[in-house]
Amino acid sequence: MTESNRIDYYPTHEHEGIKFRRGHSLPFGATMVANGVNFSIFSSAATACTLVLFERGADQPFAEIPFPDEFRIGNVYSMTVFELDYERLEYGYRMDGPFDPGQGYRFDKSVILSDPYAKVIGGRDTWLAKPNWDNVYPYRSRLAFEDFDWENDHPLETPAEDLIVYEMHVRGFTQHPSSGVKNPGTFSAIRAKIPYLKELGINCIELLPIYEFDEWENSRPSPTTGEVLVNFWGYSTVNFFSPKAGYAATGKFGMQVDELKTLIKELHKNGIEVMLDVVFNHTAEGDQRGHTISFRGIDNKTYYMLTPEGYYFNFSGTGNTLNCNNPVVRNMVLDCLRYWAADYHIDGFRFDLASILGRSADGTPLSNPPLLESLAYDPILAKCKLVAEAWDAGGLYQVGSFPAYGRWAEWNGKYRDTMRKFLKGDPGLVSEMIQRLIGSPDMYSQRGPTASINFITCHDGFTLYDMFAYNNKHNEANGENNNDGANDNNSWNCGWEGETDDPDINFLRHKQLKNALTLLMVSQGVPMILMGDEVGRTQKGNNNTYCQDNELNWLDWSAKETNADIFNFARRIIRFRHDHPVLRSPVHFRYWDYVGSGYPDISFHGTKAWSVDQSASSRAFAFLLDGDHAKEGIVKDVMVYVAVNMYWEGLHFELPGLPAEKKWYLVSNTDVPAPNDSFDGGKEPLLENQHEFLVGARSTVVLIGK
Amino acid sequence: MNVTSSTVDSIIVIEASGSIDSKTAPEFERTAMAAVQGQKEVIIDLTNVEFLSSAGLRVLLMIYRQVKAKSGKVVLVGTSEEIQDIMANTGFLSFFSTADTMQEGIDILKAA
Repeated sequence: MTESNRIDYYPTHEHEGIKFRRGHSLPFGATMVANGVNFSIFSSAATACTLVLFERGADQPFAEIPFPDEFRIGNVYSMTVFELDYERLEYGYRMDGPFDPGQGYRFDKSVILSDPYAKVIGGRDTWLAKPNWDNVYPYRSRLAFEDFDWENDHPLETPAEDLIVYEMHVRGFTQHPSSGVKNPGTFSAIRAKIPYLKELGINCIELLPIYEFDEWENSRPSPTTGEVLVNFWGYSTVNFFSPKAGYAATGKFGMQVDELKTLIKELHKNGIEVMLDVVFNHTAEGDQRGHTISFRGIDNKTYYMLTPEGYYFNFSGTGNTLNCNNPVVRNMVLDCLRYWAADYHIDGFRFDLASILGRSADGTPLSNPPLLESLAYDPILAKCKLVAEAWDAGGLYQVGSFPAYGRWAEWNGKYRDTMRKFLKGDPGLVSEMIQRLIGSPDMYSQRGPTASINFITCHDGFTLYDMFAYNNKHNEANGENNNDGANDNNSWNCGWEGETDDPDINFLRHKQLKNALTLLMVSQGVPMILMGDEVGRTQKGNNNTYCQDNELNWLDWSAKETNADIFNFARRIIRFRHDHPVLRSPVHFRYWDYVGSGYPDISFHGTKAWSVDQSASSRAFAFLLDGDHAKEGIVKDVMVYVAVNMYWEGLHFELPGLPAEKKWYLVSNTDVPAPNDSFDGGKEPLLENQHEFLVGARSTVVLIGK
Repeated sequence: MNVTSSTVDSIIVIEASGSIDSKTAPEFERTAMAAVQGQKEVIIDLTNVEFLSSAGLRVLLMIYRQVKAKSGKVVLVGTSEEIQDIMANTGFLSFFSTADTMQEGIDILKAA
């Protein structure tokens, strides 16, 4: 059957010269069909709906077509409009209905509303290009070509325990002039930097929000520098299905969809997965004082959690809360993630303030949240990594207890806090350190080590360098009198607040960075590194750089040379993790020898072999992984011994005895200046003393026995 | 937009000029697809093309797919730096060989 044989190829209605007919209710959104575009939108309480059509960028619409009532099926309005220019079209809706906030209704037909299911949003096409503030329709729904040529690409489905995640901001990664790329700050520029990512050795990038947001939201001048403060991080979604145009070199041509897909395809070719940081807990519409962009004007009561008085619940800390367990909203979230998985080949999702996704419409935490269950069992998302930030701003804290359905992993906040405290020298943490390093079996006994995303730093808080250069946050540049950002950073400045010429302090800072990277890479679970920590990136003590579009957030590529010792160490210790499956167990340890090698799968040590001091004053311990137990004994690996000493003096560690044919070799020793702080695989020097090792003050040592 | 096709040394040469966008892409597609039917050596001369929109890029890829199905090859000639940049960023460029001049394009096809 050819297209023109179909009855719905021909219009039945006409309005001001525009031809249209009854549309199809599904799919929602605007879909290219033969000879036209099918529009479909839901509202449970609107009394009338009008489709508004613009020529791209025009001040006023070229047509407004009211939906005839017979085009509405249930609560869904649909219409096929003919002979539209796919590329030049911008569309929106007007919804009529009651304005009665006390009852939860906020209809206003004077506002042109963006389609929640739009695949492209026009209006912020180039990052920080000055918008027309009087635009009658600032965030414009547009169509996307969905025929990308993926060739033989496929999401990588890397086993979770084999991942090394690199948390990255698209613009921050390459915007600095030192990046030397053609299109700084874009998806395309990440593609140009793939060789760097491979050299570093990470195999998954987790992008801070790339759903369309408005960088101008809440923009204001900085009190310290006068430059404009913007929404740099982007945790404020305008539309869930559209990639941020301003992150694409081709955004001004409306080609961001192809540019992003091309990046993902190329990353996959290089063995690098792509995870998205997704923000389904709230939208950019804010509370009752915010702008109506889409959801509020389409169906306020459905999309938002409202108090009995019709105000917005604020479990997100940003003004509103998406009503995630409403069946309609739940389906939208599911449709959205399916779209990103199927159409963009996304490998996984990290859910911002994910505990909100487990709340009911009145905010009560649910024991069996339908949305989380749907995502866990969804056929299209079946191989995607699902990672929860298992808390919200409403006081729900579910680290260790997030409803997981055998699928969900968590950002392990306890891992972060324990590592930080131990690294700064807090005593009495040895037993907890051991739990965190072996995949937190005390928290994830049933779920296994891969439930734990191990991290010491992320975008939220200090960078790793600043962890060891600042005791206190320095957020004055954010314009909130240093009141924003967390106060409990568990950081230690190593003796001086901020930059210093003191070589001892600087050596100690670098050593602490290397200690942190070592602990992260020898931990069971899934390690995540913050962009730039591998080269000692600093935010000058600012621990909440959400609004800083400048060098506080831009990776300075020259640091790869100036901090070459950190980069080389990071590269080697990452390589070490990849090379040794014994560091990447898919299941928890059993603490006994179940393969008959003569050693338990893991054993714990201290200054005396086979004895670990877990007393209140202890700051040192060691552990030994038996290579014959790697991946549950399926593969053979070397013995790996890790000694950690956060005491302020060096300690002699008695080494556990090896089988007669094996010897100890040095992988890394953070107490030694580069280049002898770490060694490439195969080049590890043999230890002269095979029985004892002096682990320096505040140092970590990694050995292999082979 | 204007589009013509001709044959040079058994190579099909499609020459376009102006702007290939959603308005003009259908005509470009009709002419080009008819010309490359069953052909294995194709040059698309973009020297006088000022802009290629998403729809235009998709026609190039359709041509590529059709020629590739016959194990043939498509060379783009005279692509402006801006268009090459757009094509590189959106992944379309990787499907094609490019040449600055027609002769260079012919040489690429004859060497293959």
